[in-house]
Amino acid sequence: MSPPRTMLDKLWASHEVLTREDGVSLLWVDRHLVHEGSHHAFAKLSERDLPVAEPGLTFAVVDHYAPTRNRSRIADPNIAGMIETLRGNAARHNLRIFDLDDPAQGIVHVIGPELGLTLPGLLITCGDSHTSTHGAFGALAFGIGATEVAHVLATQTIWQRKPKSMRINIDGSLGAGVTAKDIALNWIARLGTGGAQGHAVEYAGQAVRDLTMEGRMTLCNLSIEGGARFGMVAPDEVTFAYLNGREYAPMGQDNDTAQKTWRGLATDQGAVFDREVTFIAADIAPTVTWGTSPEQALPVTAKIPVPDQADPAKKHSTREALDYMGLRPGRPLAGIPVDQVFIGSCTNGRIEDLREAALVLSGRRACVPGLISPGSARVKAQAEAEGLDRIFKDAGLEWAASGCSMCVGMNGDVVGEGKRCASSTNRNFRGRQGRGARTHLMSPAMVAAAAVTGAITDVRSLLKGRAA
Amino acid sequence: MAGWTQHRGQALVLAIDNIDTDQLIPARFMSVPRSQGYGRYLLHDMRRDESEKLTADFPLNRHEGVSILITGQNFGSGSSREAAVYALVDAGFRAVIAPSFGDIFANNAINNGLLPAQINESMISQMKEVLKGVSGELSIDLTRNQLKLGDITTTFELDKGWRVKLINGWDDIDLTQQHKRTIGAHRNLRNQSTPWAWPTGPD
Repeated sequence: MSPPRTMLDKLWASHEVLTREDGVSLLWVDRHLVHEGSHHAFAKLSERDLPVAEPGLTFAVVDHYAPTRNRSRIADPNIAGMIETLRGNAARHNLRIFDLDDPAQGIVHVIGPELGLTLPGLLITCGDSHTSTHGAFGALAFGIGATEVAHVLATQTIWQRKPKSMRINIDGSLGAGVTAKDIALNWIARLGTGGAQGHAVEYAGQAVRDLTMEGRMTLCNLSIEGGARFGMVAPDEVTFAYLNGREYAPMGQDNDTAQKTWRGLATDQGAVFDREVTFIAADIAPTVTWGTSPEQALPVTAKIPVPDQADPAKKHSTREALDYMGLRPGRPLAGIPVDQVFIGSCTNGRIEDLREAALVLSGRRACVPGLISPGSARVKAQAEAEGLDRIFKDAGLEWAASGCSMCVGMNGDVVGEGKRCASSTNRNFRGRQGRGARTHLMSPAMVAAAAVTGAITDVRSLLKGRAA
Repeated sequence: MAGWTQHRGQALVLAIDNIDTDQLIPARFMSVPRSQGYGRYLLHDMRRDESEKLTADFPLNRHEGVSILITGQNFGSGSSREAAVYALVDAGFRAVIAPSFGDIFANNAINNGLLPAQINESMISQMKEVLKGVSGELSIDLTRNQLKLGDITTTFELDKGWRVKLINGWDDIDLTQQHKRTIGAHRNLRNQSTPWAWPTGPD
């Protein structure tokens, strides 16, 4: 009998074309997603006059530079040029492109799953570090650089050394008002931004099984913020139900055959991981970042760290972070005033995220300005069908079109210098949301709470009497 | 890309942990074609004030011709943007020495001939002491994974596949195309055994 295998082992084996003497594998790529930022890779291809090896497995999306307002006339020639370049490359290589006016347009990591392009058992690459999102379906999905994007375009394969395996278990059930975002910020805070470097993370345990696909995507999405290129969850009935009827997903008998394979992907009982960590779901509170690294996060009930009391190795970085963030050591996190809010991104721009925010905002007014950019045109349509857009607009927030928007600021949606933003995104790096911008990462519900009170607030107090 | 085995150059310490790729090159500069050069965007917001002027007290602004950066842990974490590596390479860097690197960054570095040399924090501190806030000559020998700075001689960690690639200046696409037939066979086998892995799709 063969020894028990992890899901990583199984996914790796089914994609391995060959292994080099030095142990590096050549892997087959089932789906390759490109966006405006892939222009360097297409340029490399042109230099060598190479075609795209598998146009049928390559999909182009306008998201990073997508304007969230006035899409028909893009004022900034740089932004217009980036989108035009992607259109040109897609046309030249005969790729299906989800352009600005496409009813299925959206952020690449939102629309892949939405269209059923993302499936269990696949290997998916994209020139974006949040590609780990797709691992929520039991896929091997990882972000790559431009040289690698060019390589995948030219050969439909990629060289990789197999990462070490790591399992993060979240035992028990999450409390009310606590979400996948909080699980992620919590483990990154405990293990550090380099905590899972060199590892592929599999998330397991009751709290993970209880998550919807949207929640699992949020969790896997943030793997890279803990240093892991790969995040994954074993596929189950929740996964199959999500995929049922999606236009690129297998149908009928194909679907039956596929599901049989998919059920076999889960890690075998007794399989050993290089590293295993367990957290208790009930211990996780709504979590907020206070610094300039995703690991600088604490429960909303906590106080801002005091540099002199910090671990000596972190004293300096704590002081620097607080300086940049303009925060006084030792003050409570709750009550820190914010200037604006943002809900969106590949981390938390899905329908469930918007529902959670709407639950808090319903019948209330925001006392700071804010932008809500749904993760895709379909999420937008769905939210409007449910009347969520009304709730947001009645609260005084702006309801815009979909794209990466204020998470990365490439389309011009930026936070002003020195302004403090409660944000449902993935990175609180210096200058990430704009030069000098101060970002506090949190769940969409927590962002909604900050909008209502104008300050960082424990959302649980605003959820009383409201059904989740 | 040209391979290399030895490099001797000016090294400088930038004692900051977690320098992420957003700091290495802010997103707003990434629409520029590579042919225009990315060197001037390297650590842009750390190095330049509001009016684009280089700030006098930033270490990199006080030294010319530095080609080796000695820095803190988790260097190059964050976004997969290869532009972060372009900014370093176009500014004349051949190596970054740090206790740890973001995985995607290190991968991208190798693909552009930039060495991500990993050494422990105490060795970084020793180098810091030798350099005392100014740049100094450091030599790198890829064949022996060796760094020399003043009286310090130490070895660095580097994936052996990556080392071979840096030395040979290999281009993966050329290498891979030698395996075209094996790839084709894998594709056909996968297509037959798991037809569902191909998108059905409306178009």
